[in-house]
Amino acid sequence: MSLRALLLAVLMGLSGALIAASDDLNPEQEARYHDLLEELRCLVCQNQNIAESHASLALDLKRQVADMIVAGRSDDEIKTYLQARYGDFVLYRPPFKPRTWLLWLTPFVVLVCALVIAVLMLRRRRPVRTPPESIDREALRRLLDKE
Amino acid sequence: MNRWVLIAPILVVGVLIAIFAIGLTLDPSRVPSPLIDKPSPAFELPSLRAPDQLLTERRFAGQVSIVNVWASWCVPCRLEHPLWMEWAETSDVPLYGLNYKDAPRDALAWLARHGDPYQAIASDRAGNVGIDWGVYGVPETFVIDASGRIRYKHIGPLDPTSMKNTFRPIVEQLLQESGA
Repeated sequence: MSLRALLLAVLMGLSGALIAASDDLNPEQEARYHDLLEELRCLVCQNQNIAESHASLALDLKRQVADMIVAGRSDDEIKTYLQARYGDFVLYRPPFKPRTWLLWLTPFVVLVCALVIAVLMLRRRRPVRTPPESIDREALRRLLDKE
Repeated sequence: MNRWVLIAPILVVGVLIAIFAIGLTLDPSRVPSPLIDKPSPAFELPSLRAPDQLLTERRFAGQVSIVNVWASWCVPCRLEHPLWMEWAETSDVPLYGLNYKDAPRDALAWLARHGDPYQAIASDRAGNVGIDWGVYGVPETFVIDASGRIRYKHIGPLDPTSMKNTFRPIVEQLLQESGA
């Protein structure tokens, strides 16, 4: 077998494995399948989601997600299933709970602090509006009245 | 006021340095398992050595046991294997194997070559039991207490230091708890 034929065979085998997981899904289920995979983190290569990853565990989990969709499970049920096994880390959007309060709230706390500091600084810097001393107000009024 | 303008940035940077310093000591590839303190997930798998026999989680009832997830294709598994051989010789705590996504023939050949420390080995060819146990990289090792709950999980290969300083003390503590 030539190298090119071997490569082709390998690539076809790979794409076969990738397509196989979502084979039995109707278009609506397939949309859910792809949305879910985008939101699930691959634990083997941690900066990829399951959709992108070709790690063997990611392929297994794709198949598992597809099977659960076919079995009529909801998105939440599927996420809970994976969360129970791999922890919150598997979700790219971790749940809001005491352990993750810091994670979710820090940006807003920083924003509020920045606003408070900005307001304080602007107040302090507000220019004092005293008219220049050199203008003779009486002379000015007379000039304007004449007009 | 002016004093605070000077101190505040230094404080903020100091806090950030502290947070990042702590972050550097953590290993992001070790994700804590949500299964700790939960009953070990149920399974029913053929035994690797006798495929007509079924192994289940009931096997762990009544005593502290260790479940080591391994595969013949797993290079780090060879690294920790001598520790398990030693374990089998020196400890009464039973060691079970979960052969993960492996061809039984390859697994048996691997054991014939490197030694077989396991009391029993469940063969998880499809990797479904691995998913139930939250396995994401081999080797992984679970410690199960006498009531069948998972109490500790070690991710990655054990080395002599982590075996002596972490793993053994945890097992011994569980043995004391169960009054053995």
